[in-house]
Amino acid sequence: MSGFDTTQSAIFTPRSGPLSRMVDWVIRHPRMFVFLMVLPITLWLGIVYIGALIALLIQSFFSIDEFSGIVVREFTFKTYGELLRPYNLDIILRTISMATAVTIAAAVLAFPIAYFAARYAKGKWKALFYIGVMLPLWSSYLVKVYAWKLVLAKEGILTWLFAKLHLTWLLDGLLSLPVIGGNSLSVSYTGTFLVFLYIWLPYMIIPVQASLERVPGALLEAASDLGATPRQSFRMVLFPLALPGIIAGSIFTFSLTLGDYIVPQIVGNSRLFIGQAVYTQQGTAGNIPLAAAFTVVPIVIMGIYLWGARKMGAFDAL
Amino acid sequence: MTDAVTFRGVSRHFGTVKAVDEVDLAIRDGEFFAMLGPSGSGKTTCLRLIAGFEQPTAGRIEIFGERAEGVPPYLRNVNTVFQNYALFPHMNVLDNVAFGLRVKGVGRAERHRAAEESLELVELAGYGARRAGELSGGQRQRVALARALINKPRVVLLDEPLGALDLKLREQMQEELRKLQRALGLTFVFVTHDQDEALSMADRVAVFAGGKIQQIGSSEDIYRRPASRFVADFVGSSNVVPADLAGVGISDQWASLRPEDIILDANGREATVTGTFFHGRVTKLSLDIKGQSLTALIPAHQTTPEIGETTRVSWDPARAHLMEREA
Amino acid sequence: MHSNSRAPLGLKFAAIGGLIFLLAPIALIFVYAFTTEEKSFQWPPPGLTTKWIGVTLGRADVWEALALSLKVAAISTTLALIMGTLTAAAVARSRFFGRETISLLVILPIALPGIITGISLRSAFSLLDIPFSTWTIVLGHATFCIVIVYNNAVARFRRTSGALVDAAMDLGADGVQTFLLVILPNIATALLAGGMLAFALSFDEVIVTTFTAGNQTTLPIWMLEELVRPRQRPVTNVVAMAVVIVTVLPILAAYYLTRDGEHTAGSDK
Repeated sequence: MSGFDTTQSAIFTPRSGPLSRMVDWVIRHPRMFVFLMVLPITLWLGIVYIGALIALLIQSFFSIDEFSGIVVREFTFKTYGELLRPYNLDIILRTISMATAVTIAAAVLAFPIAYFAARYAKGKWKALFYIGVMLPLWSSYLVKVYAWKLVLAKEGILTWLFAKLHLTWLLDGLLSLPVIGGNSLSVSYTGTFLVFLYIWLPYMIIPVQASLERVPGALLEAASDLGATPRQSFRMVLFPLALPGIIAGSIFTFSLTLGDYIVPQIVGNSRLFIGQAVYTQQGTAGNIPLAAAFTVVPIVIMGIYLWGARKMGAFDAL
Repeated sequence: MTDAVTFRGVSRHFGTVKAVDEVDLAIRDGEFFAMLGPSGSGKTTCLRLIAGFEQPTAGRIEIFGERAEGVPPYLRNVNTVFQNYALFPHMNVLDNVAFGLRVKGVGRAERHRAAEESLELVELAGYGARRAGELSGGQRQRVALARALINKPRVVLLDEPLGALDLKLREQMQEELRKLQRALGLTFVFVTHDQDEALSMADRVAVFAGGKIQQIGSSEDIYRRPASRFVADFVGSSNVVPADLAGVGISDQWASLRPEDIILDANGREATVTGTFFHGRVTKLSLDIKGQSLTALIPAHQTTPEIGETTRVSWDPARAHLMEREA
Repeated sequence: MHSNSRAPLGLKFAAIGGLIFLLAPIALIFVYAFTTEEKSFQWPPPGLTTKWIGVTLGRADVWEALALSLKVAAISTTLALIMGTLTAAAVARSRFFGRETISLLVILPIALPGIITGISLRSAFSLLDIPFSTWTIVLGHATFCIVIVYNNAVARFRRTSGALVDAAMDLGADGVQTFLLVILPNIATALLAGGMLAFALSFDEVIVTTFTAGNQTTLPIWMLEELVRPRQRPVTNVVAMAVVIVTVLPILAAYYLTRDGEHTAGSDK
């Protein structure tokens, strides 16, 4: 490679072409570049989506005329007062209890799966665990609900399994309990709970596994080297390090349970959850202000939840 | 003769941070020019200003006499060897090297032939089909160099190119880079925080601190005649002592005195030994002369005084350098 | 973290038990698709038959719902790819005022319950006098698909060294060439993976869709109607099985794509 041409110009003349020239201009103005890149998202999410959310929020401060059923566009807290009636308050508490139960159960169930996948599974097992989590995660939501309708049906596989194991008495005993029992599993809170747990479990496993994978194995060795029993090193080392992952997962399990209106409609008794209340109020009942007020509940809860999760560093585990 | 690169009052401010502040600079055609300084001193920003990745907020930059402010990197006949090489992971070595010709619209066969030639130049002939990930650090370094040279640039910029290599390889590459630069007669601008590297390779060195150039000069100038306490300290960790103690001036001036210039001398002045550190070829002594701390390097074969002992040292005042500025 | 020691037995049983819990209900779908029982969910199935597959293939309403779902998923994925990639590039590559806000804004549609997204979009459409159409469904879907593409792309942008763009421009590539020759090949697999996941998500979505579809029927809406008011259980069984099969393939593909990407894109460091 001889002959470095020292007469060659140090600065080249710009190439032509309108597209190139336009792109050049944008690149030379980094602020413009960034502005153009975030413009579509700002227009759509920042203005239309957030705008719609705010419009919804505003509607919750309107009320409905009880005789004509027409929305009165005047600022009032009347609708929120309605939200605090025992019947509606029950709906809210019921939903929050369900979301809490599902979240706790999901964390308990997810941890061993995530821990095994992160620490011990390799090769074929690793792939199996990946499929085992991803398949239910990405399978159709309705197909999953449907599958559980099959599982929980009175004439279905679960009843059959209990009978085969001579445990029918246990199932009957469970169903005869107040609150969580019912005529059959598919019309009880237990059934609703199981379906929620199943559907949202992968959303817990993935962040927990991600946070566990980031824990260096040497840390656990260090803990046991320093004299910690397995139980202690779980409680004092592993669990605190996995906590951001669990919180990240709980954002999903909690939020998704709060807003769901399809699962309790298909598997469960006739008592309403927030999602169903919103759906009926805005649909058949035509009471948009009350529907809006109902949606404010999960927004407020999730707002507090996200704020707290952010403080605990859960977003890094997403 | 036109200088390769000139800076006139060039500044690059990021908000209130003055990364480069009113720098004047002239890099001569065909010289090996080193920019030396600690991290955050502005040396890398200067390099990026020459390459065109940054634009100055004030001042004037010329490359071979042509104005370069506002000219994007791809219109500058200047190429860079990046710190972590920045080889394209989705291309093999040959395509990496040929990239510069590809974007200029040179045909496939021709650019591949040129890339082979360029690889030969860095002694990597036959490595074209490999992926960057399959190469060792030293080999990646050579590919990055071959890639930067293929466009036959007027100026080659090297951003801490040897930082990721181990000591032995680094010394070998230093020699090769120097040889290549002489053979091609190209202007090399080399950024480093390693003073040994800068002094041994460069024709001239610019020492940076706080976004400003502290001193420009030949390696020997910088080492023997540091302009400021900072330069004296950063380049070869000199003793900065009152000039009257060094024997070159009056008490409110400061002088630089190199540790290796202090010798054990039975007729010298009294000094208390506060520490000894064995370094193989030399032994480093920490001394105290009337409350003034000094460091001396003495050949290892000499008998080393013990800590706490009083010994006698001297130096040739001609080796001490009176500094222009204290800071 | 990875250990070469063996897992404690209890942990192993808990993990495998968890896997069975996750996979068994889906396996059940495959059995029910072939049952001869038409009126109930009887287990074990009294007999097996393949006749319902033929019956389902002949159902026009299923095909129409499927076509609409595919169309919606394709358009929303395209929109999400464009917006998600642009946003990811801006967030990962530069610091600007409102950067944090945008990264929070993007995850909002999936952090908030779907019903809220659904009802607010519905009220926005009625406020702006936009009649329900395929496009209203698409807008609803794109809103939450963006985050999927964004997450994939932003992770890849962060792993891909910014020096590559500098290197390309330094060697003489202008903006268009840099994008085509360096940026695109480096993010392509991430975009493909994100795109496939977004497609799957859109294909499956029901909650937002019930608010933005008007009286159009996507496949999930069709399923929902069957679940609430079962008319022909055997056909539902077969459709459920088909949906599972269709979702398995992109998951496997996405797995292999992103796994390979982790090796190539990070190798310059």
